[in-house]
Amino acid sequence: MPNTVAQQQPSRSKISVKDLNFYYGKFHALKGINLEIPENKVTAFIGPSGCGKSTLLRTFNRMFELYPEQRAEGTIALDGENLLTSKQDVALIRAKVGMVFQKPTPFPMSIYDNIAFGVKLFENLSASEMDDRVEWALKKAALWTEVRDKLQQSGSGLSGGQQQRLCIARGIAIKPEVLLLDEPCSALDPISTAKIEELIAELKNEYTVVIVTHNMQQAARCSDYTAYMYLGDLIEFGATEQMFFKPQRKETEDYITGRFG
Amino acid sequence: MSTAQNLINAKTLAETRQAKFAARNRVNKIALTLSLAAMAFGVFWLVWILWETLRQGVGGLALATFTEMTPPPNEAGGIANAIFGSFVMVMLATFVGTPIGIMAGIYLAEYNPKGLLASITRFVNDILLSAPSIVIGLFVYAVVVAYFKTFSGLAGALSLALIVIPVVIRTTENMLQLVPPGLREAAYALGTPKWKVILSITLRAARAGVVTGVLLAVARIAGETAPLLFTALNNQFWTADVSQPMASLPVTIFKFAMSPYENWQQLAWAGVFLITVAVLALNILARVLTRNKH
Repeated sequence: MPNTVAQQQPSRSKISVKDLNFYYGKFHALKGINLEIPENKVTAFIGPSGCGKSTLLRTFNRMFELYPEQRAEGTIALDGENLLTSKQDVALIRAKVGMVFQKPTPFPMSIYDNIAFGVKLFENLSASEMDDRVEWALKKAALWTEVRDKLQQSGSGLSGGQQQRLCIARGIAIKPEVLLLDEPCSALDPISTAKIEELIAELKNEYTVVIVTHNMQQAARCSDYTAYMYLGDLIEFGATEQMFFKPQRKETEDYITGRFG
Repeated sequence: MSTAQNLINAKTLAETRQAKFAARNRVNKIALTLSLAAMAFGVFWLVWILWETLRQGVGGLALATFTEMTPPPNEAGGIANAIFGSFVMVMLATFVGTPIGIMAGIYLAEYNPKGLLASITRFVNDILLSAPSIVIGLFVYAVVVAYFKTFSGLAGALSLALIVIPVVIRTTENMLQLVPPGLREAAYALGTPKWKVILSITLRAARAGVVTGVLLAVARIAGETAPLLFTALNNQFWTADVSQPMASLPVTIFKFAMSPYENWQQLAWAGVFLITVAVLALNILARVLTRNKH
């Protein structure tokens, strides 16, 4: 598929954020964010620590609701339906919007059960269907060949990079539509990072991927769109190529070229 | 000029470094000696206790110890009824106390850690945790024994359960708090309902610690005498009926050790030996469990 053609066609918006404000208690962490996340693309959020990029990501699956002092106002529409006021159970939203965290978080159970755990929440599969699903997810996450002979061993016995791919496999096993990655490589070595970046490029064929990263090369390498945030404001959003080669805003240019602050 | 100055400075610097290092080294040696002495002091008594128990206890051990009932003075016998009574009451107390303790611990750690009810529960639990066991025994006497007008194994088990509950609540809460929040978030991110996150993820991650807490609680009540004195009382005969007074190892030891009869004293030592071995085994089991983390 010629890349240029794909880029010319305006992509359908998967998540559409309108006038989103977010508060940690009294602290105003996100200030009137407006953003369209295109479907089947990789969108990267970059910016210095504390700029609100992880906060923004955690509103997309209403993760912040675990903490009573945090609240969000505005609209986050997934395929047109506002997630923040949705009557849908939050579990069903999270089945559609998966998330992988900064630190690998294997559950205290076998590799197989780590994957099967989430699937069992939403589907009734026979044993052989479940075996197929686990294999499929592990293959998608490029982990299958490394763990096929030790599926019954504990997930925490894997290396950091393998654990993170296990978490990605666990996330895609429940067949979400959107995958949120919160600095998925920050605890990993360069080889594991390269594997996960390859994986991200694979995943966008079927999923809408949103990734928060501190690493600008990573954003440049694996994303189609980039959002630059600073102190709770969305400074600039556009195609990654444009953001890195001719940013519209001076602040973006300063950050990207390292002349920041 | 400045080169010479630098040389002098470098020389004094090296000297001060040496002096400071020597001083630190001295302090280190003193601290190490004191620590070792403190440790030796503690271990000395423990070893002595174990040695004495072993020396006096093993002598009194015989097959009859496990098969025969507590005898009258100066007659042969065993402590089978006391062993059985202790076993029954400790098991009953554990089966009653453990689920209550674990569920309360879950409430404190997972459902309402900062709420008013949790703060009150935690405060009351701390009081219960440090309450003298004789107070608990007297309470059960007043409420249960006086009401039913009979001492019973059930009353004994109840007072032991009241000791188990606060220990299990405390360890469960602490162990659940040690589970990294990221693990919870990852489970919620899959759309897992709260009860399942707790049951399948956090409780599972904290499993070894929670089991250890229960084992330590069992070890503690296995040797409790005061709460049984006026609840289960004692019984010379074999009984599996928990509505009747029941013998137990600690109370039998108390009664026999204080007596002037030599065979009773001998049996008391055998009982002490058995309790010590059981508690030691539970502690070792608890250690093994915490080491084999998933």
